[in-house]
Amino acid sequence: MTPTGKLKLIDRVQAINWNRVDDEKDAEVWDRLVGNFWLPEKVPVSNDIQSWATLTPQEKELTTRVFTGLTLLDTIQGTVGAVSLIPDAITPHEEAVYTNIAFMESVHAKSYSSIFSTLISTQEIDDAFRWSEENVNLQRKAEIVLGYYHGDSPLKRKVASTLLESFLFYSGFYLPMYWSSRAKLTNTADLIRLIIRDEAVHGYYIGYKFQKGLEKLSPVERDEMKAYTFELLFELYENEVQYTADLYDGVGLTEDVKKFLRYNANKALMNLGYEGLFPKDETDVNPAILSALSPNADENHDFFSGSGSSYVIGKAVNTEDDDWDFCPGHFRTPRTTKGPGPPTERWEDRGPS
Amino acid sequence: MTNLVYFSSASENTHRFVEKLGLEAERIPLRPADGFLHVDEPYVLVVPTYGGGNEGGAVPRQVVKFLNDERNRSYIRGVIAAGNTNFGAAYCIAGDIISSKCQVPYLYGFELLGTTEDVVRVREGLDRFWQRQSRIPA
Repeated sequence: MTPTGKLKLIDRVQAINWNRVDDEKDAEVWDRLVGNFWLPEKVPVSNDIQSWATLTPQEKELTTRVFTGLTLLDTIQGTVGAVSLIPDAITPHEEAVYTNIAFMESVHAKSYSSIFSTLISTQEIDDAFRWSEENVNLQRKAEIVLGYYHGDSPLKRKVASTLLESFLFYSGFYLPMYWSSRAKLTNTADLIRLIIRDEAVHGYYIGYKFQKGLEKLSPVERDEMKAYTFELLFELYENEVQYTADLYDGVGLTEDVKKFLRYNANKALMNLGYEGLFPKDETDVNPAILSALSPNADENHDFFSGSGSSYVIGKAVNTEDDDWDFCPGHFRTPRTTKGPGPPTERWEDRGPS
Repeated sequence: MTNLVYFSSASENTHRFVEKLGLEAERIPLRPADGFLHVDEPYVLVVPTYGGGNEGGAVPRQVVKFLNDERNRSYIRGVIAAGNTNFGAAYCIAGDIISSKCQVPYLYGFELLGTTEDVVRVREGLDRFWQRQSRIPA
């Protein structure tokens, strides 16, 4: 498919007043995105040069191809996807959030280039980009999504965008998590984790705006939109399975990646307000991958399944003004086992509400 | 006994999870104009983690205000947190923070709207939890 014309720009612009915010989610997400801002130069990817040298030629080729595929998606989302949502925005603050999302997607796209320039030769980079241009399933993925971005349905655009942010990236994100779980390319993985974090906020926000839009539809129209969403997910999923096989068959990881795909497909649907589609036994992501993604995503979070004879609770911390500015890891100190104590402490409020 | 108190933002994610539990639950109001929730019996708190990494503010400010009320705080018995593994080490960290501050167990973490399995485990877990609670002398 070729693009069907220029993107529509909004006709009328009003000066944005951040002192009157109609939807608090806009300000909340803006703050979150700004707070999470980062640049690839901050991540010492060059520390991975020695680790890169331990990969086989096949593993290097796979990794390079994965990153060119991710670069393509981030480029689409930065230059077309997030921008195409602007004319549909309901509030000026929503427009501003999309500009932030678009910019960060461009940062993501550029960060793959910074990984490349650190780790591999110009020739290898060129070869990988050529592969991504010629891979049918990667191009098809791009075409399907681009088709909706150029289409005339604001809500379908949001569905396509959420599925891209929360699902289509993950055939690629799998690999740096895999390397990280084997203590390889760990700095690169740190950089990718920053991207993964951003995509979560993007998918959450666009999915939320989709749900706000749904509220204005009739029940019949809502059913149609749900059917459309699941159809598109299936179409993309089938394509994604083939793309995954193109990439990972050679190293024997395809089935493991597919679990990760289905797990994330469910999360993409949840971001759109729907229940997950794939059952638990098809989404049981390899624990090593899950733990590379989030060190806290383990069974320790199920207190209920323990013997229950004692309390396992967090170590008490002093009350300070910045109590709410947690540092991830701070709360992961060894836990103490003790009986129920009286709740004693008081927090400081943060900001007006 | 099945007392639950929860917070959910306009995204309604946590609200949906609580709905699926099918247990009686009180919601912490989103806006000050909607009033202030006062609780006078033991409860388990269900709370989303506001995702991030750099910025803090993982516990929604409405929940902070609710727990800063000494009486409300005195009745909390446990916390269940929602989150997204995409946030890495900050996944469900609101559960850890509240557990530490209130000295109550962090009972369970789930993602986004929660899966069917999450709903079953939390429902059964809460049932056992309250049975044990009722045996603890005051």
